Amino acid sequence: MVRHGASKHPLHDVAIVGAWNTRQALRLDEHTSESITLEAIRGVLDDAGMTPSDIDGISAASGSRGAGMSSGHLAYLMGIGPAWTGNAAGGGINAVLEAAQAIAAGECHTVLIAAGSAGVYTERASTAPWTRPGNEFVVCWGLFTAAEFALIARRHMHLYGTRPEHLATVAATIRNNGHINPDAVYTGRGPFTPADILESRMVTDPFHLLDCAMTSEGGCALVLTTAERAGNFKRPPAYILGGARDTFGPAYHFPPTWDLTGWVGREAARKSFSMAGIGPEDVDVCEFYDPFSFEIIRQFEAFGFCGEGEGGDFIMNGTIELGGRYPICTDGGLMSFSHGGATVQLVQRVITGVHQLWGQSGNRQVPDAKIVMCTNGGAGALFTHVLLLGKERP
Amino acid sequence: MTSSPQIPLPAPTRLSQPFWDACQRGQLLVQRCSDCDGLTFIPQPACKHCLSPRLEWTEVSGKGTVYSYTVVWRPQTPAFPVPYVVAIVDLDEGCQMMTNVVDCDPADVHVGMRVAAHFRRMSDEITLPYFRPER
Repeated sequence: MVRHGASKHPLHDVAIVGAWNTRQALRLDEHTSESITLEAIRGVLDDAGMTPSDIDGISAASGSRGAGMSSGHLAYLMGIGPAWTGNAAGGGINAVLEAAQAIAAGECHTVLIAAGSAGVYTERASTAPWTRPGNEFVVCWGLFTAAEFALIARRHMHLYGTRPEHLATVAATIRNNGHINPDAVYTGRGPFTPADILESRMVTDPFHLLDCAMTSEGGCALVLTTAERAGNFKRPPAYILGGARDTFGPAYHFPPTWDLTGWVGREAARKSFSMAGIGPEDVDVCEFYDPFSFEIIRQFEAFGFCGEGEGGDFIMNGTIELGGRYPICTDGGLMSFSHGGATVQLVQRVITGVHQLWGQSGNRQVPDAKIVMCTNGGAGALFTHVLLLGKERP
Repeated sequence: MTSSPQIPLPAPTRLSQPFWDACQRGQLLVQRCSDCDGLTFIPQPACKHCLSPRLEWTEVSGKGTVYSYTVVWRPQTPAFPVPYVVAIVDLDEGCQMMTNVVDCDPADVHVGMRVAAHFRRMSDEITLPYFRPER
């Protein structure tokens, strides 16, 4: 519960009233990034009981590398100008906090955030285009996102004795959530045991194939508005309790060393909890970003749910399963629900968090979920963004 | 591992050109700050310790220790023959460098392993600083 006496924060006057996913699939051959983004926009407006005239700000997280539609293009197409437009590179929680700050500051009152990607990943002999860095001190070493995160995980294993079984338990838990989620790309693919994860082929040691996120296609959208206006729409408000962003450098450029970036997100979490007047023990659902299994262990440590180096043991014994104390990635996450491009999956951590607060998570609903922690990024990418959402107005 | 000539090669910039030129001579260079004496790598327009612009290139030994590593089995592109070892090396002088560890069984690579730079000519313009077990 939100404790009384927490200082009033401007973000507490902002709520999420729209959260929508299109169909997600390994490929959406009938779609482009533009068409799937527009489908997400139509979907979220209909679900929230809105029309474009309710919107006066827009933030489009383009699918990938120029694909998708810009904020300005959408403002024109939807005829909602003069509109506020967001510039949050990468979308996701970055876009949510940028929009919430603009609303809290009075620059606009209702912001649509949309993302979509389809038809971007076509060269399947290589890893996905958004995972392949291009700069001169990385490109020649065969680096890609999974290897960057593996360098982080390996160092943690060396320092703290974290074991492949710990990583596999995380992956099995997330994939089992997706297994029972009818909307997940990998619905019905399980159930998985940690042994199943360890038996999948090695991709980049210590990550087996099933320790890694998938690549898929899809669209999604969110709508933020003022607490005052939130009652005008069909869905109940999910209030912003706090949020903050940590960055140590550009992703996939410098060596991702544990000493530099291992605790990225710690300050963001501290700030977020402080804004909300709560602590880790108050969180009901952990919609953490799960590009790779180890990232979940790292985040529990960085955010203060457990001590440094204790994350491996912390996640054992059902703690992170549905029905456990800190259920994670309740839709199946990036591993099983969807990783719909370069940025779609960033937004989807927030969407699933909102659905939990709405009680709309079906067979994966966490009973009486009141506070959700959503995250984006990871140590291998040198950034972590944090967002705390609540069912009750703080 | 053998390096395929088709792997993507670095495109040097004005800032980094001296580093790549030195690799062709079999030398490993980093930047040393004339104000605070600190070392900077990868090449930057200012010292990463004190932000001074007074940086000069200095040769390092090319000897170091594996800080972290990963053995890759699913290549970034088919140009990289698997398995290959991506590593971060702590140079003895204090910088960290991304590289591939070559000329050994990938299963033998470990955190703390002693390694030394090993230059391989890839094109007329580019020689890459790989690392291999110290001899």
